[in-house]
Amino acid sequence: MTELQSREPLIFELSKPGRQAGTQFPPPVAGSAQVPPQLRRSAPAALPEVSELQAVRHYTRLSQMNFSIDTHFYPLGSCTMKYNPKACNTYAMLPEFLSRHPLGPEPQGFLACMHELQEMLQEITGMQAVSLTPMAGAQGEFAGVAMIRAYHRARSDAGRTEIIVPQAAHGTNPATATMCGFTVKEIPSDANGDVDIEALQAAVSPATAGIMLTNPSTLGVFEHKIVAVARIVHDAGGLLYYDGANLNAILGKVRPGDMGFDVIHMNLHKTFSTPHGGGGPGSGAVGVGARLRPFLPLPIVGKDGARYRWITERDLPQSIGRLSGFMGNAGVNLRAYIYMRLLGREGMIRVAEFAALNANYLMKRLQALGFEAAYPQRRASHEFIITLKQENKAYHVTAMDVAKRLLDYGFHAPTTYFPLLVPECLLIEPTETEAKEDLDRFCDAMAAIRQEMEHDPEKLSSAPHTMPVRRLDDVRAAKQLDLAWNRRI
Amino acid sequence: MSNIPADLQYTKSHEWVRQVQNGAVEIGITDHAQSALGDLVFVEVPDVGRALHAGEACAVVESVKAASDVYSPLGGKVTSSNGTLASQPELLNQDPYGAGWLFRLQTSTPADSSALLSAAAYASFLADESK
Amino acid sequence: MAFIPHTPDDVARMLEVIGVRSVEALFDEIPGDLRAGTLSLPPPISEMEVARLLTERAAIDGRPLNFIGAGAYEHHIPAPVWAIATRGEFYSAYTPYQAEASQGTLQLIYEYQSMMCALTGMEVSNASLYDGASALAEACLMAVRANRGSNSRRILLPRAVNPTYGQVAQAIAGNQDISFEPVDFDRSAGRTLLSALQPYSGQDIAALVVQQPNFFGSFEEVDALTDWAHENKLLVIAVVNPTSLALLKPPGQWGTSLDGRHGADIVCGEGQPLGVPLAAGGPYFGFMATRMQYVRQMPGRIVGRTVDTEGRPGFSLTLQAREQHIRRSKATSNICTNQGLLVTAATIYMSLLGARGLEAVAHASMQRTADLISALSRVAGVKRAFSAAHFHEAVLLLDRPPAPLLAALARRGILGGLDLSERYPELGHALLVCATETKLAVDIDAYAAALADVMNGSRAAA
Repeated sequence: MTELQSREPLIFELSKPGRQAGTQFPPPVAGSAQVPPQLRRSAPAALPEVSELQAVRHYTRLSQMNFSIDTHFYPLGSCTMKYNPKACNTYAMLPEFLSRHPLGPEPQGFLACMHELQEMLQEITGMQAVSLTPMAGAQGEFAGVAMIRAYHRARSDAGRTEIIVPQAAHGTNPATATMCGFTVKEIPSDANGDVDIEALQAAVSPATAGIMLTNPSTLGVFEHKIVAVARIVHDAGGLLYYDGANLNAILGKVRPGDMGFDVIHMNLHKTFSTPHGGGGPGSGAVGVGARLRPFLPLPIVGKDGARYRWITERDLPQSIGRLSGFMGNAGVNLRAYIYMRLLGREGMIRVAEFAALNANYLMKRLQALGFEAAYPQRRASHEFIITLKQENKAYHVTAMDVAKRLLDYGFHAPTTYFPLLVPECLLIEPTETEAKEDLDRFCDAMAAIRQEMEHDPEKLSSAPHTMPVRRLDDVRAAKQLDLAWNRRI
Repeated sequence: MSNIPADLQYTKSHEWVRQVQNGAVEIGITDHAQSALGDLVFVEVPDVGRALHAGEACAVVESVKAASDVYSPLGGKVTSSNGTLASQPELLNQDPYGAGWLFRLQTSTPADSSALLSAAAYASFLADESK
Repeated sequence: MAFIPHTPDDVARMLEVIGVRSVEALFDEIPGDLRAGTLSLPPPISEMEVARLLTERAAIDGRPLNFIGAGAYEHHIPAPVWAIATRGEFYSAYTPYQAEASQGTLQLIYEYQSMMCALTGMEVSNASLYDGASALAEACLMAVRANRGSNSRRILLPRAVNPTYGQVAQAIAGNQDISFEPVDFDRSAGRTLLSALQPYSGQDIAALVVQQPNFFGSFEEVDALTDWAHENKLLVIAVVNPTSLALLKPPGQWGTSLDGRHGADIVCGEGQPLGVPLAAGGPYFGFMATRMQYVRQMPGRIVGRTVDTEGRPGFSLTLQAREQHIRRSKATSNICTNQGLLVTAATIYMSLLGARGLEAVAHASMQRTADLISALSRVAGVKRAFSAAHFHEAVLLLDRPPAPLLAALARRGILGGLDLSERYPELGHALLVCATETKLAVDIDAYAAALADVMNGSRAAA
């Protein structure tokens, strides 16, 4: 069982009027500069008043209330929770990189790293050009779909108003399509978990702008007929967009460009191990084939002879524009660069091999324990789905219950209830950086939970028991909104 | 097995209609809908006096899992709406056909209810959907 | 092999359990003709070699003396901020979907939201967005959704608002037929012209954007602008600098009406000044706050306080149903992230500085910029462009194009400012300069001396 830090007061509850961390105040500066009277703040903002030690202790203790990759096995499907190498952080935080203002003359050292990162990402995905600008997967998706829209407009083909999306797709896919002004046409998967080819053929038309896919799919299996899918969509005049969320499964083995995709977004915070940071920052670099190159979001890093420079609107007048104030999440991209240099060609090819090895091993062991895989006749990609629908019928346990009980055993839960198609599912992605013994310990916990399902189901439905809090009341959180301390409306 | 009162009419987007009199109708969402949404945390009802056409999105029901638009089954003018749901959205879960009503409409033309489903037709629609 | 723990023995045992002879067999579902050939990538290098490579490249970039602001500001970052933010428990944690295992992150975000409400004077804040520019784009989409009294998709965007923010808003919101209309600024004062708003009086417009201080560093007349907007039924979107809020009347109190309608409706901006390094442009974070009545229209994650099954207080993500909710009649957003690590840093920063410390930073920055402007204006051929009072940056007019001067200064290790001639050609040879509390008198003197030297060496424009 695991022991986390128990409850910690709010920083405001530790505050005392007049207390301050004096060494952090800059030296006072003499002079007459002041804010015009009618614009002045009348009362100080209600920020904390604590000593430096109090702040340090408080936030250190809060950190000790978290599960993280550094402390726990974290098999969150579709999130790729692999080890975040410390070297990526240390060398990205060299003082010269940290102190560099984005609007100064082009920093040749930093841009060399960015340019090489662009090239490595192009090579490993089989695309012609890359922009590092989108700040997250969702922004990368937006860029991809916006480029498809720009492409058809540039051809004066205004009738292409539909984007095809598999029913199993992640919710951001149709949301992104709608955000770019398209209507969404959903198509089903077949019993094997592949896109239903007949449904696809019926769905394409002169109104098809493109299709959004991921391969392996959200169901954790490789789309067998991807070449046929590409042909059908291309023949209809549409383009193929690849959601790179599952790139860890095929890195170095298959390239999306070779599968026929015209545009892809990558999640550098998944496949390329940049930190999740409690929810961000991510980086959603996009790669394109020749057709979409003119539309890439700006800025991009270019090279003239030996000199690196920014590619801007002058060079790429048809660009879909800028998506961030500067060049996107520069520091995140630098961490991805360092990761790719540490792995190198051989290391990157090993990623998919060991991700698949760990996933298939874990799936087989869990099946042997009596758990049901959603697609037992397929190979696991880098992740796989377990469905608890039988257990739900027999013992009334839910995926949520198992997830919460795993926390008590010291494991972060897998992803639950995604994809929506599979009832009571757990989407499990061990990643390649986990050792066999840790996978075995996870299986031991799942075996114990299975016993509890049968003999002590109360233990599951009221889990977790050993966390800093018991199960939280989400309904109350949404009905009785308490979103800021001491907020008087 | 969800509750589907026989004396009401229904839509495929899970709204119900109760004919009150002289073209006045009462509208809400069905037991199936409230059950699928789960515990409601927020309900937004249309303003009194608002003119609606059939199929127009006019209300929102939100649970922890999902937020859904409610579409007016008929055209007309909103004559009243259920303000209690603002502080007690759970009423809709508890009593979707009674205390959980959403709004009342004075329909514009003699109520064009031909597009609405009978209780039996709605029940059969639900059965097909769940296959 | 980098980060792969498996021994050959592990591999053999695992293959046996799976029932295949080799790891390659695990890819047998992938058609052979799709398999990648030899990849043209560099070989792996050790951490030692990476250290050397990155150190060499960092040395090429060096550490020039920085006087550029324009949306990213150099402030001293207290040592505890990143020492704690890079703890593995914060750095390598995921989004707090399993709330019971993420109370650290969730409580921190709740504290952050509370602090942003305090700074901005607004009722509710979200857990952050990607950056200030995209936060403005989201605020525009939100204003169109939230403005019940209007079906308009027009937004008034003063020219004194950061031009890159306008470009990003156009790129993100333009896809949904939202149009941005410019409002001119006073050429001598350097702030938005109230008279430029008059032609729009009585028209159906969704919102007015007000940046305070504006892109030129000047203080806008926020009360008059807010009053005009509300009188004409526009929402006010405030774009603010968080450091300045220690000294300035917060947007929650803009406007002079006394009926509770005063104050901006949506507040957004760039959070980078709060403990986040310049780092060549990112990662930063955008903040957004609003009135409680609009909370369901606000994009991004929100953390709420609730109780567990034993009545103990705890924190969880809330109002999540809005995030993928698609309302047909109004604009939509697909955002589903926040900048967790940066918010962690900012929250620790704000806790260490408190209101008094932030005031000291803000005041020192304002004074240093005043000193910088004085010192540089004493150089022949340099004068202040605008008469309006300013915060920690201001515009200078030069007697010749800034670009060659900036290049010469850069060769001497000084980044003199931002050349405005492309963004605002009508201003002529204009330079936006910034000095924060990190610039001491000796730095300002060094810049002034270097500028004088460089200008003596070159010719004034005819």
